Amino acid sequence: MKQLWTIGVFAAIVAAVTGVSDSGVLLNFVTMALYAALLAQAWNILGGFGGQFSFGHALFFGTGAYIQAIAQMQGGINPWVALPMAVAGSALVGLFVGGLSFRYGLKGSYFALVTLAFAEVFRILALSVPFTGAGVGLMLPLKESLGNMQFGSRKGYVFLILALVTLALLVSWWLKNSRFGAWLQAVRDNEDAARAIGVNPFNVKMGAIALSGGFMGAAGAFYVQVFQYIDPGIAYGSVTSVEALVAAIVGGIGTVWGPVLGALVLHILADITRNLFGQLPGINMVIYGVVLVLIVMFLPRGIAGIGQSVVAVWKRSGGRHGQ
Amino acid sequence: MANDLLQLSGLSKSFGGLKAVQNVSLAVPEGSLTALIGPNGAGKTTLFALMSGFVRPDAGTVRFAGQDITAQAPHLNARLGMTRTFQIVQPFAAQTVRENIAVGAHLREPNRRAALALASDVAARVGLSPQLDKPAADLTVAGRKRLELARALATQPRLLLLDEVLAGLNPQEIAEMIPVVRGIADGGVTVLMIEHVMQAVMNLAEHVWVLAQGQLIAEGSPGVVTSDERVIEAYLGHGTAARLRAAAAKEAA
Repeated sequence: MKQLWTIGVFAAIVAAVTGVSDSGVLLNFVTMALYAALLAQAWNILGGFGGQFSFGHALFFGTGAYIQAIAQMQGGINPWVALPMAVAGSALVGLFVGGLSFRYGLKGSYFALVTLAFAEVFRILALSVPFTGAGVGLMLPLKESLGNMQFGSRKGYVFLILALVTLALLVSWWLKNSRFGAWLQAVRDNEDAARAIGVNPFNVKMGAIALSGGFMGAAGAFYVQVFQYIDPGIAYGSVTSVEALVAAIVGGIGTVWGPVLGALVLHILADITRNLFGQLPGINMVIYGVVLVLIVMFLPRGIAGIGQSVVAVWKRSGGRHGQ
Repeated sequence: MANDLLQLSGLSKSFGGLKAVQNVSLAVPEGSLTALIGPNGAGKTTLFALMSGFVRPDAGTVRFAGQDITAQAPHLNARLGMTRTFQIVQPFAAQTVRENIAVGAHLREPNRRAALALASDVAARVGLSPQLDKPAADLTVAGRKRLELARALATQPRLLLLDEVLAGLNPQEIAEMIPVVRGIADGGVTVLMIEHVMQAVMNLAEHVWVLAQGQLIAEGSPGVVTSDERVIEAYLGHGTAARLRAAAAKEAA
């Protein structure tokens, strides 16, 4: 229950800061940090809670982005209606990939490779079919209005992404406090033991990949609304996949706050290096790589893990004093 | 028989050239506490895996509560009321003892809070209450064995298949565990256990099956089975029974 309360406080503070701030730099930073957080949260549902490490989450991101763009440009559909379509479409792609991989019991690096392969297949498909605009990409026409999900100021985007991140936080909290979440974590920790006590691992993993894919699709749709452009490289390239998993691992996988924390830390680091080195293309990926190596070596439970250890030590010593 | 909860008939399984289980038939009466014994490599754990659906038999059928469940997935068998434990304990290491047991409780209890409450009750039955909020990874071997038992028990099974819950425990821990198993059986759960610790088998089991090289070689009460010559030979080697008899005769003379 305590965590639910902190989620409310977090949303209220970010909303309040956004409401009063006029700093374009700050609003931009908040938008991009929250966007990165959503990617990590989406990955964390399947990778952190479910233990199924995907290396191709861009698959769902790109699908969401393309559905969002195509529905508007070729279907004439309102973006607010397109968003749930993008979420549903990405979730379906998740069920398709999950159905194939989990049916045959793919795990660990095999599952990671299959997701990577699917993302690549989709990237090549997007390059060759006409309705994605192929290599030229799709440019969303600029029509600023609330009804068109194109906001005059940055604030509108912050509120939109904040709503999505808050929803993802609530879902993560639910995974920590529900039967489905308990089953998912049981399957992650020991699939055979889970089967022996009545858990159907296939169904549980399918649920997780659909949820995870859905949130990733929402992030893709958001990307299209903010940048009004998508091409196969952005949609299905490995950059997004890597961003999602690095932020989640750095922050602490299988936790409610880890992905948000990880995304924030990485974005601060990326901004600092950008100021130091100028616009060296891809420098943030180098930083991410170094941070990932350091975290995996020294903090396998991520940044959130430090907090947990501190709390545990504090509780333990407090308990001893109490006796 | 009408009151047999679990019936195996003609169950066989080979792994390549190794006949792990050959033509095994047995029936576990409802409400009984029975044991399956046999030397290492006899096929006991494979037989458990065949019963619970982890391994598909080459031949033969498994019936549970009158229903044919041959090769049915383990989670469906657990739903019907047959839950197994593992010889090599398999805790959900990242989770606390309470959360571990709650996963089992969730089989029949969708509500999280109720499942966690049930988990504390079950923990009390197996003597795990003091460790409820410890991470499962921090438990001793004895603690993990209890956790394995608790998690299975939390699914509220009709039949519990216990795979060597006493292996690796010291004599004192065994002595503490025996009443726990007895308590479970007295609570109305049918228990079939694989066990090497003869003290426990003699103490607990009403009926014993002996498996050697994949075949049932003897069955009966613990006393009958342990004096059976084929059983002695399976454990101690060919000709041992005759030598023991000779030695006993010499001593008597």
